[in-house]
Amino acid sequence: MSGSPLIRLSGVTKSYGRGHAEFQALKGIDLDIFSGDFVAVMGPSGSGKSTTMNILGCLDTPTSGSYQFQGVHVEQLERNQRALLRRHYLGFVFQGFNLLARTTALENVELPLIYRGEPAAARHQAARAALEQVGLKGWESHTPAELSGGQQQRVAIARAIVTRPEVLLADEPTGNLDTRTSHEIMELITSLNAKLGITVLMVTHEQDVASYARRVVHFVDGVVESDLRNGEGY
Amino acid sequence: MLWNTLLLSLRAIRRNLMRSFLTVLGIVIGVAAVVIMVTLGNGATRSVSDQISSMGSNLLMVMPGQRFGPGSDAAPSFKSADIDAIKSQISSAEWVAPVAGKSVTTVYQSRNWPTMVSGTSNDYFHAGNWEIASGRMFAEGEERGGKAVCVMGETVRKKLFGGQNPVGCEIRVKDFSCEVVGVLKPKGQSGMGSDQDDSIVMPLKTVQRRLTGNQDVSRFSISVRKGASVDAATRQLTLLLRERRKISDSEEDDFRVMDTRQIAQTLTSTTKILTMLLSAVAAVSLLVGGIGIMNIMLVSVTERTREIGIRLAIGALEREVLLQFLIEAVVLAGMGGLAGIALATGASVALAHAMNIPYLFDLKINLLSFLFSAAIGVVFGFFPARRAAGLNPIDALRHE
Ligand SMILES: Nc1ncnc2c1ncn2[C@@H]1O[C@H](COP(=O)(O)OP(=O)(O)OP(=O)(O)O)[C@@H](O)[C@H]1O
Ligand SMILES: [Mg+2]
Repeated sequence: MSGSPLIRLSGVTKSYGRGHAEFQALKGIDLDIFSGDFVAVMGPSGSGKSTTMNILGCLDTPTSGSYQFQGVHVEQLERNQRALLRRHYLGFVFQGFNLLARTTALENVELPLIYRGEPAAARHQAARAALEQVGLKGWESHTPAELSGGQQQRVAIARAIVTRPEVLLADEPTGNLDTRTSHEIMELITSLNAKLGITVLMVTHEQDVASYARRVVHFVDGVVESDLRNGEGY
Repeated sequence: MLWNTLLLSLRAIRRNLMRSFLTVLGIVIGVAAVVIMVTLGNGATRSVSDQISSMGSNLLMVMPGQRFGPGSDAAPSFKSADIDAIKSQISSAEWVAPVAGKSVTTVYQSRNWPTMVSGTSNDYFHAGNWEIASGRMFAEGEERGGKAVCVMGETVRKKLFGGQNPVGCEIRVKDFSCEVVGVLKPKGQSGMGSDQDDSIVMPLKTVQRRLTGNQDVSRFSISVRKGASVDAATRQLTLLLRERRKISDSEEDDFRVMDTRQIAQTLTSTTKILTMLLSAVAAVSLLVGGIGIMNIMLVSVTERTREIGIRLAIGALEREVLLQFLIEAVVLAGMGGLAGIALATGASVALAHAMNIPYLFDLKINLLSFLFSAAIGVVFGFFPARRAAGLNPIDALRHE
């Protein structure tokens, strides 16, 4: 890999609580991610995968260390600039979906486009197309309560990709899906990565899901234990 | 951005119909209660003051006893002889009407109606601003001879005669029959709910002879000549009556002279206190409505905090989220306020009609309660949102 990385974490730590109760979830993460890469993040439960994803997604701030996005120090940006970074560059799929309740799938998927100021017609079209891509054609007017866990997961993915973000951050995007749908979703993510050059970071517990990625980063106890290119072997 | 945010607000309202409905309801109840109470209170006050001004501004009421109202302490009544004494010695008295009252049942053919008889003179009509709608007042001989004739109030006429003109007909009063010689123009209901038109008027002598059986006069209505001092007349009258009733200097009056102004003050201050009381009750209901809204907002704060987290996470700016919640609160509070005012207007018009008092639109109270309710809606809808929007997106999302 050459040139400067799209994302660079150096010495990132994250602590929760204070005093006796202080707990260090991240103990110094160094990670470079280049534009167009497809990275799987693995590791045991509680090893800090979601914490790292939240920091990368500008949803949370590191306790110390630096996070550079295209050379910009994100930890020094103010709230609104981070919000704009989320709006224009990042798509996030949460471990727990986080869809708006009592709101149709279509409206959920449209939401990021509304904040981007897209006109209504373009918005509807893009949202429908995104729902179709995740295999939810015909489910546009269903609310989360009327969808299965896997379908909600797919709505969440549609919402993250509808803006064609620079970086897709997905925290266990296939965690609630059966094997068949998992592979469909992975095909979709792979093609977004290959055809549109979207950089993908994805947390997963499943080896065969991770095998879609080109690079696998292993977390253990808040540090990066291994960082391997797929095909280099374990 | 404004347009999109408005769209988001309306979607949020539609999405949470129940919550929106309850919020609006809280405001509607509060606003309507306040506006209805104050409007009716105003109407009642106006009705009382209208009634008093229909009595004339220069009227003196003289009653035995010290308290306002008939049959108070055991002070002796006035006598027929007091009439001439007042007429001759109080020069500023224009009309002097003695009144001897008695409640009776009036009968015409198969219909009957219980009412009040006032035994008095023609001065009664002049002093009390009564006009004759048809027929005439008493002839001189009728008064002097105590003839069985009467002038009828509009309510009694309606009850006994329906659509007919009673002048010239005979009605039965107690055990004698009595010719109707005139009908009074209606004055309408008084502020206290008593119907001024529900009475018949007879010559004093007729009532004394045939109904009360004595020479007593239960009160006087005296009108003071235009330009003369009402206070001076009151003083002269008091002196004269003390002398005639043989009250020594050390004793208190055993009668009372009141002018219209005083009566007006007593009555309007009573209705004002009533209005204030009602308004206080109404203010409590506005408060209860506010607490209801607060409850709804607090119950939904967890969900709304997570919603704010989602919006922030997918790229909303803090101020966009805040604007959305502000618009939402303003729209709901505004709808509630308008609906409350509409409800209050309808209810006030209907109630005022039923209570026979005028409907008076009070702009101030409408505006005030509207603004107050809007403030409640905004405070309780907006401030929890402001807290949530200041959080890290991840903390808002994790809120429980
Ligand atoms: N808000 C918080 N307050 C306190 N501790 C936290 C908080 N969030 C995470 N942690 C702790 O930080 C550690 C890392 O959590 P994280 O969610 O990153 O794990 P993970 O690798 O994503 O696990 P999983 O595979 O189960 O999702 C855990 O031990 C967790 O208890
Ligand atoms: Mg996790």
